[in-house]
Amino acid sequence: MKTAATVASHCPYCALQCGMGLAPEPRGLRVVSRDFPVNEGRLCRKGWSAAALLDHPERLRTPLVREKGVLREATWDEALDTVATGIRAIQERHGRDAVAVFGGGGLTNEKAYLLGKFARVALGTSQIDYNGRFCMSSAAAAGTRAFGIDRGLAFPEADLAGADAILLAGANVAETMPPLVRRLRRARERGGLVVVDPRRSATAENASLHLAPRPGTDLALSLGMLHAAVTGGMADESYLASRTSGFDEAWRVASRWWPERTESVTGVPAAELVAAVTALASARNAYILTGRGTEQHADGVDQVSGWINLALALGLPGTPGSGYGCLTGQGNGQGGREHGQKADQLPGYRSITDAGARAHVAGVWGVAPDSLPGPGRSAFELLDALGQPGGPRGLLVFGSNPLVSAPDAGRIERRMAALDLLVVADLVLSETAAAADVVLPVPQWAEEDGTMTNLEGRVLLRRKAAEPPEGVRDELGVLGDLAVRLGQPPERFPAAPEAVFDELRRASAGGPADYAGISYARLRAGEALHWPCPDESHPGTPRLFGKRFAHDDGRARFRAVDHRGPAESPDRDHPLWLTTGRVLAQYQSGAQTRRIPELAAEPSVEVHPETAGRAGLADGGMARVVSRRGAMVARVRHSPGIRPDTVFASFHFPGAGRANLLTNPALDPISRMPEFKACAVRLEPA
Amino acid sequence: MRVLIAGYGMAGARLAELLAERDAGMEITVAGAETRPAYNRVLLPRLLSGALAERDLRLHDDEWARRAGVTLRLGDEVSAVDRTARVARLAGGAPIPYDVLVLATGSRVVVPEIEGLLPNVPGVSVLRTVDDFLGVAEGVADGVPVAVLGGGVLGVEAALTLAGLDVPVTVVQPSGRLMERSLDEAGSAVLDGLCRRAGVSTVLGRGAVRVYPGDGVKLDDGTFVPAGLVVLAAGVRPETSLAERAGLAADSGILVDDRLRTADPRIHAIGDCARFGPVPAGLVAPAWAQAEVLAEVLTGGDVRYEPPPASTRLRVGPVDLTTVGDPCAPTGEVLRFEDPAGGRYARLAMDGDRVAGAILLGLPEAAAVVADVHASGRAAPADRLSLMFGRALPGSRAETGALVCRCNGVTRESLVKAWRAGAADAAALTAATRAGTGCGDCAGRIAALAETLRPKETTVEPAQDH
Repeated sequence: MKTAATVASHCPYCALQCGMGLAPEPRGLRVVSRDFPVNEGRLCRKGWSAAALLDHPERLRTPLVREKGVLREATWDEALDTVATGIRAIQERHGRDAVAVFGGGGLTNEKAYLLGKFARVALGTSQIDYNGRFCMSSAAAAGTRAFGIDRGLAFPEADLAGADAILLAGANVAETMPPLVRRLRRARERGGLVVVDPRRSATAENASLHLAPRPGTDLALSLGMLHAAVTGGMADESYLASRTSGFDEAWRVASRWWPERTESVTGVPAAELVAAVTALASARNAYILTGRGTEQHADGVDQVSGWINLALALGLPGTPGSGYGCLTGQGNGQGGREHGQKADQLPGYRSITDAGARAHVAGVWGVAPDSLPGPGRSAFELLDALGQPGGPRGLLVFGSNPLVSAPDAGRIERRMAALDLLVVADLVLSETAAAADVVLPVPQWAEEDGTMTNLEGRVLLRRKAAEPPEGVRDELGVLGDLAVRLGQPPERFPAAPEAVFDELRRASAGGPADYAGISYARLRAGEALHWPCPDESHPGTPRLFGKRFAHDDGRARFRAVDHRGPAESPDRDHPLWLTTGRVLAQYQSGAQTRRIPELAAEPSVEVHPETAGRAGLADGGMARVVSRRGAMVARVRHSPGIRPDTVFASFHFPGAGRANLLTNPALDPISRMPEFKACAVRLEPA
Repeated sequence: MRVLIAGYGMAGARLAELLAERDAGMEITVAGAETRPAYNRVLLPRLLSGALAERDLRLHDDEWARRAGVTLRLGDEVSAVDRTARVARLAGGAPIPYDVLVLATGSRVVVPEIEGLLPNVPGVSVLRTVDDFLGVAEGVADGVPVAVLGGGVLGVEAALTLAGLDVPVTVVQPSGRLMERSLDEAGSAVLDGLCRRAGVSTVLGRGAVRVYPGDGVKLDDGTFVPAGLVVLAAGVRPETSLAERAGLAADSGILVDDRLRTADPRIHAIGDCARFGPVPAGLVAPAWAQAEVLAEVLTGGDVRYEPPPASTRLRVGPVDLTTVGDPCAPTGEVLRFEDPAGGRYARLAMDGDRVAGAILLGLPEAAAVVADVHASGRAAPADRLSLMFGRALPGSRAETGALVCRCNGVTRESLVKAWRAGAADAAALTAATRAGTGCGDCAGRIAALAETLRPKETTVEPAQDH
């Protein structure tokens, strides 16, 4: 009886998109094990407990409208009229760009796509970006310039299980993607699991070799490793000659990073650096994988290019059983960056400045190419412009909680307070929703159909398993209703997920991320489809780059990047580095996971016992962590595995426990990624 | 502004790059004595083994000067300076007027007064340029024995590199100790042991009195060291002759202030030839730091040069050696660890909670930590053993608690509770607690726990099958 009604779903959290079954219970749904290649029935505690949020008492079940400073319940018509009236008033006075949209990497492909279309067509605004800018943007930019295309993994993640050596740069998968850890077992057993992290994370704890560089010096480290590979005769000369370009220029930079010099900058012993390269070079199959630790920097794109250069020198990308990959973070971090909610992109991973791309997408949308706005501000720049002269005065937020997740969050809080209109669609009253003028209650993953694209570029159909609570309406319908109120013809904004997906397929056709051949019917039939998939007879592309890379000449490109270091430096008042990240039981801004009792956690800061002792902080005591921008309060956890010059805090918590009150919004010049992973702080007893 | 850089070594090349990048409308001319583009001196020993070729060492490609808009005069060094007229004259005769002159003339090899010793006659070589190293590589190709005159860092590095290529090599060190300027007596002795084990013969406390090029070296005790090639590694001196001829003060280096200025405000000096503070030790890090400061200063920036702390780093063959500061500083607290059989040695001079100086041989993890603590001026860990060995010793490791399954937050306690409630084997424990359903790494620990619970408790609860 259970099996008959169990619905095939995927976990609502990270980019692995583990398969799970949702079985009906007398009250609600229960998560059950389901066989799916990525997790083979396994889940971490976030996945097992995900259904607890479905009938949570804090679920929003009616729209809210702010009146006399207080949010009160309202009808949908009243709420949507308030939004539409507010948008029109702002745009009439201040122009179309005065209303902005902020999306999320957890939204389905359909929602991400329709949100982009809504912004460009119904609002006519260039001002749309999303929280994926804070997540994968550096790896995306570096991947594109090296390989000509950006897909997190250019191969199924199961391939990792065959590797003798894997280097993880700034990725703590034992906490952020637990089921992936079993793919590392072989490399670990062969002494080839290398983890680069300034602290001894749960992942580093199990590594064969843990390199702990000073925060922000990963590029020096990868340059030193490239140096050691070349001087040790470990570079793959025939691969360099046949599959790459630009090595000589990259070597000219790396030649200046001999291991001993690298040691003095990174703090990584030269001998360990050489051992790490040797492990990668002597393996039959090897991978280099990057995560947020190396990507979320003001030189994040160059840091990733440094790792890609090393992978290219060792001949890994495009070689069977080897490769480079980015471990995408958010559930739909991959699909979310492909379909047009990014400031500079149109669906199919097309550029908004490309005339051909604009003509194609405008054709699908039935509008004039000239009517499409150009590129807008990137996420932080957009948030920082809110309510400022020339900046947006209205903001619509979907699937994001920037008051917790944006860098320099105190500043963003002030910017949002200056808005004329803040609209937030969410399933609970997140911190950002609580600051809104209008709150729209929307369904969660088990209550709707939709597709997600996981870190392998595989498109997954997530099936509806239950009706949303009374009073909740899905984003596709909400966007359509708003569009009509703003004067759009109703047929331009379909509300059925499959209809939206079919339109997305046409819009993406011929683009780098080509979904044209992927249909709900094929996904329902259980086909494993990785993009690009240009037509319905195409089997999809699980592995890219086997014969050629996506640049015109078919070659992967080295970039001659050099180490710059973090945007700010420690001084007497701020002598320590703060680096931020996630913990196992929580997810992103915590709006979901903090409400699930079995995942309960509190803000904490990991400090080396020596450093804590000097600051007078006992294990379990409370500390104030102070940066040049703000302060947070957190419980001290002594951690002998962290560098004594570095402290770590997770960013899941609200209010005074917000790590992002401290972080530095210095942006990467290419990806516009803020520097979440290195800012100068001091510790004080709280 | 016309900038003339006298010297196209690592300091001069770096400065030229930085100035060109700033695109400040300068007319930059670089004059260098060698005929090839600037190259990376640090990598020269790699030429001996053939691990790298000459082109791999180039700091600039052939097109660099054109792209950067820099005028390069190769094979033509500055030979005279008329400070009043602000004109420099090249050895080839060309006059070059300047607004700013930067002396980056580097250093020259010291040739001790030994009978029969002339540098660069066949059978004798110094170690300074690409050609020197290529010459040595060629000279040892058929396994002729080599005598290295000088047991400082350069001599030891060359000897160990050659020994790694199975070249028979003898180091002659008159002073009696290897690397005496960086090491204390015990450290020298451990290094000597490492060298000998690597196949380097060392002759300590005896000097060469006569060199027979192509045949060998006669020592002051009358013994003879046969050597087809004699390599001179008796040290280098800052090349200050041009500056001195121009009337600028020099004392083991051209004297400059913290903006790298000589007494003539239009003339600067950087790199091995320049001295601000301690005597230059021929290291690249300060030379590049000086180039960066001077590039700022010349483009209107207000920065000052701070000499980085003195250090030595030698990594070749079995030797991984780091020294920082003054390891023999008369501080109250000295930590020492001596392991001659293992080829390891540590000496740390502690000044309160700061590291005043250290020698670390064969302890690479500690070297990275100590160098970091020393350079940053940070307080050293109270746990001195962890400082000396670079890692916390067993016992001070993190207590991860009784967590068995991290993915699902399952403790040993809750597994035991589940067992008491009837979960009798690993599969049942997993079903009851979700332990092992995440990454699965703890499967072995769950099975082991089930195993230890079974015999002990079955006697207490024999009815569990019912």
